[in-house]
Amino acid sequence: MWDYSAKLKDHFFNPRNVGEIPGASGVGEVGSLACGDALTLFIKVDDRGVITEAKFKTFGCGSAIASASALTEMIVGKTVEEAMQITNQDIADFLGGIPREKMHCSVMGREALEAAINNFRGLGAPQARKGEIVCKCFGVTDEEIRRAVRENHLKTVEDVTHYTKAGGGCGQCRDAIARLVDEVIAAERAQAAQAPRRLTTVQKIKKIEDVLEREVRPTLRADGGDIDLVDVDGNRVIVALRGVCSHCPGSGATLSGYVETKLRELVDPDLVLEEAPK
Amino acid sequence: MKTVYLDNNATTSVAPEALDAMLPFLRQRYGNPSSMHAFGGLVARDLQRAREQAAALIGADPSEILFTSCGTESDSTAIRSALEVNPGRRHIVTTRVEHPAVLTLCQWLGDHGYKVTELPVDGNGMLDLAEVERAVKADTAIVSVMWANNETGVLFPVERIAEMCRERGILFHTDAVQAVGKIPMDMRRNRIDMLSFSGHKLHAPKGVAVLYVRRGTRFAPFLIGGHQEHGRRAGTENVASIVALGRACELAAQGLEAENTRVRALRDRLEAELLRRIPDARLNGHPRARLPNTTNLSFEFVEGEAILLHLDQAGICASSGSACTSGSLEPSHVLRAMGVPFTFAHGSVRLSLSRYSTDADVDAVLAALPPIIERLRAISPFSRTRMPSAARLAPDPAHKH
Ligand SMILES: Cc1ncc(COP(=O)(O)O)c(C=O)c1O
Repeated sequence: MWDYSAKLKDHFFNPRNVGEIPGASGVGEVGSLACGDALTLFIKVDDRGVITEAKFKTFGCGSAIASASALTEMIVGKTVEEAMQITNQDIADFLGGIPREKMHCSVMGREALEAAINNFRGLGAPQARKGEIVCKCFGVTDEEIRRAVRENHLKTVEDVTHYTKAGGGCGQCRDAIARLVDEVIAAERAQAAQAPRRLTTVQKIKKIEDVLEREVRPTLRADGGDIDLVDVDGNRVIVALRGVCSHCPGSGATLSGYVETKLRELVDPDLVLEEAPK
Repeated sequence: MKTVYLDNNATTSVAPEALDAMLPFLRQRYGNPSSMHAFGGLVARDLQRAREQAAALIGADPSEILFTSCGTESDSTAIRSALEVNPGRRHIVTTRVEHPAVLTLCQWLGDHGYKVTELPVDGNGMLDLAEVERAVKADTAIVSVMWANNETGVLFPVERIAEMCRERGILFHTDAVQAVGKIPMDMRRNRIDMLSFSGHKLHAPKGVAVLYVRRGTRFAPFLIGGHQEHGRRAGTENVASIVALGRACELAAQGLEAENTRVRALRDRLEAELLRRIPDARLNGHPRARLPNTTNLSFEFVEGEAILLHLDQAGICASSGSACTSGSLEPSHVLRAMGVPFTFAHGSVRLSLSRYSTDADVDAVLAALPPIIERLRAISPFSRTRMPSAARLAPDPAHKH
């Protein structure tokens, strides 16, 4: 049994904006009956470029229906440009999280949105796909895999399967997926190496928060703990641990060993972690 | 809200009589049946009685009953034993629709030096006896074919396959976890060498099971250690659960008649009414060669997990072979092996009854399910008149797994 959030269940049992829009400005169709989930998204765009109406039809499981419902609520009132910025993680967050094995449902939402907007802009048919098919079982392209890896910081073939389904059938494409993952990670490393070393303080704080949220908190929370960023002073990062961690004798090791390594790896190798005085 | 439990192929409630029978062994009678003192030693009599009760249900001799920890252990023991006593033979024959307890093990053995033939089934989930005959070879160590399929309830001609194997000197095992207690069987009248069944499918607790080994069958133990079960399965016996299993076997023997009349009639009414009330639905599995308690139906254009979530909200427990519930990304291996069209494969629901099922349970499903399917179809982009364009039918129809 999946551990679905209350919000996800609400969107499943009471889906918003079900239906079709006759004469829609843009239509996006993704997925297939064979794959076990499919989504058709209809959008209406006014002459200022604002999405005034969105409707959907979905064939799929609980999280597929909820993701589509959530997406329609998220995009109405946004300009097309703003809507293009929505990531699959935004959809998952809106629903209070989606089980990792089901993240492909949120990716399907994002892909349908992109297809609908491209269709509105006259850039393609509702079913248009970008790239070459890599996974033949689920019809997933290299472009789609690269994007999922980039946007969700995926690291393994299994991650890619959770997010795109690619590799979840006969498994023949798993080596090809591994190469794509390596390629994206290598490209990101190269880019990071070239990027200017000096971050502004605001950039630094934002990146640190990002890393804490993505890489650190899920692990701590699993053990009933949490971490807050208190201050950033030059390269000193001051944090407060909460919950179990704060009075756990091992917390010192948790801090320097895990969080600092992560921050140095992903933000700046010169960072030093300190615990706020209690 | 009352729970309507129609998932008895997954597990069953413990019969109150079986629970009563086991409780003394969790309280005052906790002795070890291998002990020399009477306090423990007398428990051995209760074990023996359970052995007789289990043997009686399948027409076996009590000496042919080994108690194990689960159906999976029984299956593993049987198949590994056959390989061990036939060191020169490297070939295994089974079917594509076995439970993972057999199929995953065989696939693992396939990766470790054995050759495995997985027999196909037809659109009704039936096995062709001639296929089995063609598959066996001089170096076949064991043929393992389930008696009844857990997803569809379809029955296989295991007694005839056993006959054929015996003529060729090949060991035959059947996973009868779903069949025992639901259909009559008599091991004195067939040539099956080994047979597995599991307590929690017939109203005994989880974690106790039986491996039947015909007298005279060459056998190698799986668990090696103490002398329990005459050295064929080491480890101190799970006394309380074994006693409950014995009592549950006795109840199952008494209930066999009702299972095949009253329960069958309930199942038939449920199935016929659902097929009548819901358009674009189909039965998965042979209409007649089936367990009396199981029905597996597919509803076109909707997805199984979504159906189960709605049923769950209505207090109805069922299961599905859809991808999203099987924990993989593809629908059940059984439905795929049967070639169920993909427009149906994702929308399957299995309802499995027991002797505790009632007319009210059937009525609850008949009231709840048709509107659920209708609601989900209203959300679905697909329908009879709006079949997906070729591009959306399948990503690459030419691609075979
Ligand atoms: C056909 C079949 N074989 C084996 C098993 C495994 O039995 P157990 O759960 O006791 O290991 C099951 C039950 O899940 C089953 O249905």
